[in-house]
Amino acid sequence: MKTRDVLAKTRTGIAGLDEITNGGLPAGRPTLICGSAGCGKTLLAMEFLVRGATTYGEPGVFMAFEENEEELTRNVASLGFDLKALAAGKKLVLDHVRIEWSEIQETGAYDLEGLFVRLAYAIDSIGAKRVALDTVEALFAGLPNEAILRAELRRLFRWLKAKGVTAIITGERGEGTLTRHGLEEYVADCVIVLDHRVINQISTRRLRVVKYRGSLHGTNEYPFLIGESGISVLPITSMRLEHAAPTQRISTGVARLDAMFGGKGFFRGSSALISGCAGTGKTSLAAAFAAAACQRGERALYFAFEESSRQIMRNMLSVGIDLEPWVKRRRLEFHAARPNLQGLEMHLLAIHDRVQEAKPRVVIMDPITNLVSVGDQMEVRSMLTRLIDFFKSRQITALFTSLTSDDHAAEHSEVGVSSLMDTWILLRNLECGGERNRALYVLKSRGLAHSNQVREFMLSRAGINLVDVYTGGGAVLAGAARLAQEENEAVEAQLRRERMARLDREMARKRQVVEAQIAALRAGLEAEVEELKQSLVEEGMREAAAARGRRAMAGKRIADLEKRASDVRRRALTTR
Amino acid sequence: MNTTEKPKPGAAQGAEGEAWKLRLYVAGQTPKCIAAFANLKTICEEHMAGKYQIEVIDLLKDPKLARGDQILAIPTLVRKLPEPVRKIIGDLSNTERVLVGLDLRHG
Repeated sequence: MKTRDVLAKTRTGIAGLDEITNGGLPAGRPTLICGSAGCGKTLLAMEFLVRGATTYGEPGVFMAFEENEEELTRNVASLGFDLKALAAGKKLVLDHVRIEWSEIQETGAYDLEGLFVRLAYAIDSIGAKRVALDTVEALFAGLPNEAILRAELRRLFRWLKAKGVTAIITGERGEGTLTRHGLEEYVADCVIVLDHRVINQISTRRLRVVKYRGSLHGTNEYPFLIGESGISVLPITSMRLEHAAPTQRISTGVARLDAMFGGKGFFRGSSALISGCAGTGKTSLAAAFAAAACQRGERALYFAFEESSRQIMRNMLSVGIDLEPWVKRRRLEFHAARPNLQGLEMHLLAIHDRVQEAKPRVVIMDPITNLVSVGDQMEVRSMLTRLIDFFKSRQITALFTSLTSDDHAAEHSEVGVSSLMDTWILLRNLECGGERNRALYVLKSRGLAHSNQVREFMLSRAGINLVDVYTGGGAVLAGAARLAQEENEAVEAQLRRERMARLDREMARKRQVVEAQIAALRAGLEAEVEELKQSLVEEGMREAAAARGRRAMAGKRIADLEKRASDVRRRALTTR
Repeated sequence: MNTTEKPKPGAAQGAEGEAWKLRLYVAGQTPKCIAAFANLKTICEEHMAGKYQIEVIDLLKDPKLARGDQILAIPTLVRKLPEPVRKIIGDLSNTERVLVGLDLRHG
């Protein structure tokens, strides 16, 4: 509490209520708790006293005007409150005030000093600091003189203040007024209204601080629940966004999916949503995640809202995930319940309780969409917000699955909760070539470089696998169509290779042919050259013979033939 | 100390053999309590002289009795005997009502 906050407060010890009231109820003053029958007034008053006695060392007096001591003791025993032991330890006094006004004859002026004496005696006998009056309005029933009672009640509340006890006075809700008999007139410091509404056949309790003189307080209606350990008010607005952000990464349980998140999977303590329509493999992914956690030696809690734990284990065997050994080794714990078994708040409480008990590192909620059947979208969102906050504050990695009705609306219908999630994996059905295939892609992942690729998501006996889909030619093909496409491509490639080989061979052949022709030409040329040479020689010889003849002739005639003969010889030599 | 108004000797038994055992709860000497006691005395003397017994219990002196006898209003007169037990609250100034309450007269 801040030092300038002059109003002293008494902690109630009731989970959440102290946050809403910024520290508790006004100390040394009476507080009015009103609400209709069965909304938890008596229990709240009783828990105030029990917590005071057990946690804060403040003994209390419970004055019951409706139920007797035994009934009260029995009624709260289920919440773990042992009133007998508290009474024996002088921590609590239960006093049942039995009133049978109808049997009582009024014969003149009177007051309620007897009640004051009783209360004072009870308070003094154990040094009580807390008092609960449940409910003084019972005094009005068949009351001979209401004027006297009103005056006495006014005196009672003044007296309680003077006594310095922190008191809770309960009152039945009236029509148009907070309490049937206008108790709020007398108790003006703090008024809390409890409400019990049934929406869609499921009841939700709510609490609202209507008035708190001299103090700040939450003004909203807060859902509260009566669980196995008492009342628990869940104020969403008191939760602050202050959780740690670990950088450790944990596997999704599918190697190829890890690869899509940069090879390492989710951040620890983050929340992931897997959404998709029916039969896209949400539960299989969730189970793989759980199995991976168990493999690492971590505890996992699996909240199933649709299938029983046996059913999930059997079904997951068909995709090669055997969860049973983990359940046997108590690493994996299932908690299967129909959503409409109880209200959202009860679910929330049950989850809180289970998580607090089992202390898991990983929690799976499958599927959260079914919770909408219990509350409306806003309530579910508010519940999930609180749940995610709760998980984050404990560094629990949470995986939620969500069923979407239509492939096209998938991205819209989930906006309500998807903004709360750190990672969102979308599963889709791809229909082509007369068959349905699963596709997976990562829509968002805060703080992680993630793949933008659509992967075909394959479930088989060997487990979960992700395969690249065929994305050529402006179409996304998966399944048989993808296989056919791959087949086509393989054939085409083969043909291409063969065509190339054939061209190669033809080229070689052509080269051979040309080379052969070249050889033939060369051979022809040589033959011709040889012939020409031969004829040259012959011509030369003929020439020589002629020259010889002419020389002989000239010798006979004595002419100058010497020079010409040597020219002819030279010419013959160069042509060779 | 709580006081017990002893019946007069020799008058313990009434005509019908009935003994009246009355208990008056008060809280200190308030005007209402004093008036109640005086009124009770008068009525008893008039209607059950010699066969009644009045026990006055001051809750300020003995507060735990308030719980045992389920006393809220002060003053409260309890008819312990004859049975059944009856309770009358107020200062007993309305004699008619007291008589009805004590079953001495049918109202």
